[in-house]
Amino acid sequence: METVVDLDAALFEGLCRMGDTTLVLGHRVSEWCGHAPVLEEDIALANMALDLIGQTQLWLGLAGDVEGKGRDADALAFRRDAWEFRNLLLAERPNGDFGQTLMRQFLFDAWHQPMLKALEGSKDARIAEIAAKAGREVAYHLERSADLVIRLGDGTEESHKRMQAALDTLWPYTGEMMMADDVDRTLAEAGVMAAPDSIRPTWEALVAEVLGEAKLKAPEGAYMHKGGKQGTHSEHLGHMLATMQWLQRAYPDAKW
Amino acid sequence: MYAQMVKSEATNEDPEKLAAFQARIDAGEKIEPKEWMPEGYRKTLIRQIGQHAHSEIVGQLPEGNWITRAPTLERKAILLAKVQDEAGHGLYLYCAAETLGVSRDELTEALLSGKMKYSSIFNYPTLNWADIGAVGWLVDGAAIMNQVPLQRTSFGPYSRAMIRICKEESFHQRQGYDIMMKMAQGTPEQKAMAQDALNRFWYPSLMMFGPSDKDSVHSAQSMAWKIKINTNDELRQKFVDQTVPQAEYLGLTIPDPELRWNEEKGGYDFSEPDWSEFFEVIKGNGPCNAERMEARQKAWDDGAWFREGLMAHARKRAAAKVAAE
Amino acid sequence: MSSEWPLWEIFIRGQHGLNHRHVGSLHAPDAEMAVKHARDVYTRRNEGVSIWVVPSSAITASSPSDKGPLFDPSNSKVYRHPTFFDIPEEVGKM
Repeated sequence: METVVDLDAALFEGLCRMGDTTLVLGHRVSEWCGHAPVLEEDIALANMALDLIGQTQLWLGLAGDVEGKGRDADALAFRRDAWEFRNLLLAERPNGDFGQTLMRQFLFDAWHQPMLKALEGSKDARIAEIAAKAGREVAYHLERSADLVIRLGDGTEESHKRMQAALDTLWPYTGEMMMADDVDRTLAEAGVMAAPDSIRPTWEALVAEVLGEAKLKAPEGAYMHKGGKQGTHSEHLGHMLATMQWLQRAYPDAKW
Repeated sequence: MYAQMVKSEATNEDPEKLAAFQARIDAGEKIEPKEWMPEGYRKTLIRQIGQHAHSEIVGQLPEGNWITRAPTLERKAILLAKVQDEAGHGLYLYCAAETLGVSRDELTEALLSGKMKYSSIFNYPTLNWADIGAVGWLVDGAAIMNQVPLQRTSFGPYSRAMIRICKEESFHQRQGYDIMMKMAQGTPEQKAMAQDALNRFWYPSLMMFGPSDKDSVHSAQSMAWKIKINTNDELRQKFVDQTVPQAEYLGLTIPDPELRWNEEKGGYDFSEPDWSEFFEVIKGNGPCNAERMEARQKAWDDGAWFREGLMAHARKRAAAKVAAE
Repeated sequence: MSSEWPLWEIFIRGQHGLNHRHVGSLHAPDAEMAVKHARDVYTRRNEGVSIWVVPSSAITASSPSDKGPLFDPSNSKVYRHPTFFDIPEEVGKM
């Protein structure tokens, strides 16, 4: 892997990793709008998707500023191709059944919340500010997703079975959240973004506690997929972008 | 409207009680859930509020169709917030209906079995991005025509739900018109999309008010009970008069060669929509009826394990709490 | 057994320290989830800072036919309303 020395280049990468992840996950969650199992949940999911889209505007907006080439959040969201996306693989996993959507949310929130907390201490005031705002939203996401995982894990036989299946499917995509590469190390050394591996103890403790209460078992010794943060994605992302970016790509001169 | 062609139920009750009830309504009093009401009033309201609620929920689908394709992050957020509001409005209305002694699940099952209807408008497809503008501008615009007076309806919970809904809806029509302005002032392709959207949504919007009901006994009863405030024709006329100048401002053409200002009546003359099409759509033969019902059925079926799982867990918790005491 | 979630009545206290006010109802499997749903459903526009939830079945309402006996008596106690007292204009605002 190429070593990134330039801090601004690393920062652009790091901000895209945050912003692309919230963008892709927010998009996935928004796919439920109008289709959730019960109205109250439909509304709650939309709130979460709205939070994530709002966070995307902040992260990618800052990424565009740092890059300094005149690209704003929309240009980054709608005019880059899949290999330029830096989101975590977990975020692009398809929604599956509602259990899989909630499990994906919980596994992510359990990382997102401590990560934002760490980012609040960034030496870069812009990052600290975004992290503080997003952190307040994500604290609630985590409270909700953890609670639902516990309730459904320990609900009916069927809900338990579905949540366990969701956990088994998604678990191999959790490792990437805590793997650090040169970009991460450059940013951590500069004190601007927390190293992802520093989140591991908190994440593991939280996940173990919730899964225990939910009577669910994490797979042991599972292989961990990686590559999203560096731009190597699953086939799912291309389809999502084909949908998401279509208007901007088909009518590049239009203002919306 | 969101509640179209709601038949009022006949009422066979003590004439004295009926007269006293009517006197209360005439005096502008609100009727509250546990108070005496004619059976026909109760049943008509369940049908009307239920249909209104169903329309909100099914109405999420045509607009939801574009959430994943919204062209900017801001447009995506606004559209998502709007469609979410519709879920909220459905929820408020179901709750209002529930005060009349019917459960949300019963209403949902009646929708899925086809026993209850939803507004004809949501059986039309959203085919280009300007449709999202047209839905906000025309469909919400038509809905507001009906909902604003319904804030004064005689049934307390319905009136309160409408007040909340009207307050929240105030941004919906504006966001629709905002999209139309961007499209109408945009590239030639965008302008073509805007005109195409208006062409397809004009007559279905006029149908939302329902066929003329000036001679309908059902409407007369509903108006006496103040659960219907204006006739369909009054509202349709008001809608046309309001919308024509807005279309002119956009530089778009309303697809009606007969449309012209009538000085004498102080309003526009316009062509009636094709009512045979309307009745076909109501019967289930609209362009999207099957898809809409399929989507609702799927959400209901696929969500059953989730609803049951959470209920089972809540029962376990309650039992554990009792055991611990 | 029915899996329909019970109905809850939602009360919200807004930003300005006023009393909790009934805002509507919703369905939830239990009280904790009713609070979460209330936050998502009824505070989408920053409406509240505190939420109460009460099972709808736990509400005891005054019977409509008592309307007269319950509320009429206070109609006659007009002295409870500030407009009952005439204060000369020269005294100023009171």
